[in-house]
Amino acid sequence: MTSTPHLLADEVTVGYGRQVVLDRVTVRIDRGETVGLRGPSGCGKSTLVRVLALLHQPDQGRVSIDGTAVSAVRYAVPVALRTRVAALFQSPRAAADPRLSLTDLIAEPLRATRTPEAAVRERVTELADLVGLTADLRSRRPHAVSDGQLQRACLARALVHRPDYLLCDEATAMLDASTQAHVAAVIRDYQLAQQAGVLVISHDQTLLERWSDRIVDLAGTAPART
Amino acid sequence: MTTTESVPAPASARAATSRPLLAVDGLGVEFRLRDARVRAVTDLHLTVRAGELLAVVGESGCGKSVLAHALLGLLPGNATTTGHAVLHESDGEPVDLITCGQRQLARRVRGRLVGLVPQSPATALNPVRTGRRLLAETLRAHGRDRADADQLAVDVGLDPADLDRYPHELSGGMAQRLVTALALAPDPALLIADEPTTGLDRPLVDHTLDLLRRRCDNGAAVVLITHDLAAARRVADTVAVMYASRVVEHRDTDELFTAPTHPYASALLDALPDRAFRPVPGDPPMLTALPPGCAFAPRCPHRTDTCAHPPEPTPVAGGGTVACHHPIRTGANP
Ligand code: SF4
Repeated sequence: MTSTPHLLADEVTVGYGRQVVLDRVTVRIDRGETVGLRGPSGCGKSTLVRVLALLHQPDQGRVSIDGTAVSAVRYAVPVALRTRVAALFQSPRAAADPRLSLTDLIAEPLRATRTPEAAVRERVTELADLVGLTADLRSRRPHAVSDGQLQRACLARALVHRPDYLLCDEATAMLDASTQAHVAAVIRDYQLAQQAGVLVISHDQTLLERWSDRIVDLAGTAPART
Repeated sequence: MTTTESVPAPASARAATSRPLLAVDGLGVEFRLRDARVRAVTDLHLTVRAGELLAVVGESGCGKSVLAHALLGLLPGNATTTGHAVLHESDGEPVDLITCGQRQLARRVRGRLVGLVPQSPATALNPVRTGRRLLAETLRAHGRDRADADQLAVDVGLDPADLDRYPHELSGGMAQRLVTALALAPDPALLIADEPTTGLDRPLVDHTLDLLRRRCDNGAAVVLITHDLAAARRVADTVAVMYASRVVEHRDTDELFTAPTHPYASALLDALPDRAFRPVPGDPPMLTALPPGCAFAPRCPHRTDTCAHPPEPTPVAGGGTVACHHPIRTGANP
């Protein structure tokens, strides 16, 4: 292995009850590359994303970020480490707090880490511009915007801490072609500017080929090659 | 009487019969909000023949789901409608889905003549009844044998054993298949599928699309509302592209995908990952503040002063219509 900083799922095994969802899976995402993850439905792609996003503790194996092993999940992970990885999921409505305006939705992770309010406002404006949310849209709550607009807000939120790694789990599956291309373009630009590592999961083979630098197969519960 | 001949429909090769089963003529839907009026559907003309699968595509908020709800009489109370949508039954009086009223809709239309595969199955299912009970009730209400339930389950890709479960015991994909079976049970002449593949994984998406295609091949008409252009391309005979409450182009599927003539349709196809993968520049207009002329003008590279007037749907060589003052020449053989 080279010394490029990377996000690594190392021999990760996850089971629910008696069912093994991931069986000693190893996937590595280098900074500066976009990896497409492909596999049949039910092969554990989404579980792998949750493990890499530090949302789910694997039964065996481990996740490491730039060589540092992480043995906790969620808020038990130190902020400096936790904010290195962000994830964007398929359904923005399921992910977004309906009581928050889009501005507050984007700002929330910054406020949670006690960022000064002036800096919060500056960063939120910068990101809302980046994802193309107009001032009018920013003041609205999720029910008053379209799925595409809400997903763009969720993308801004995911980028708010300038993560080194971004995981996209079918993040454009429910978007129309134009919004999908827009979201992908924003992520691509961010990835290049930040030299971030990006993982893209999609059922759409054409999208994966267009978007990824390389594609990894996650076949059933068998160990995946990287 | 409604006239449908004024707007020529695409001459689809796959749709067998020529008489329209559904003729939508000048349909408009407007919502009154506290401080605004929302034009969700404007002067919409479409025809669908028996055996035809029409896909209605467009960005979210373009009005395509409102169209589906209008055809089913499921619009909320603050909606006003204009125009007609006449369904020609093979044996019976034509019925105007827009003007016939809730009693007619409930007694004669909904379920029996027009079926809906809804977008979110979870809210469409009665939580205290098993799938078998729901299906049996629907079958009986339409004079069919409740024993047909198992076959229907198989048709939609559901294990008949799963019919004995309650809705909350079903996965999203299983619930979607159950609501599809419920929509198919009365054997409706027109099936409206509103984003039926949202949230399904690939094999189920394909299965659902194939099922809709088979309904058409057996003589039904299907209107598929979808944001998924690849899905439309796979199964539709004709595609209507909606933009800001209007149909801007309605063509045979292959012709639209090879040679779109409306600048918006062309830009939308360019956003596909196997094409330029480039978003349509700019943002769609708010339906509360539509410009008086062509709604695409602020984003359109071909606009001229003429575009300040609303373009009417006009015939395209080879069939279909486009609503644009300066359509892109197809160069295709007529
Ligand atoms: S009518 Fe004019 S502005 Fe509208 S799409 Fe056609 S060329 Fe563009």
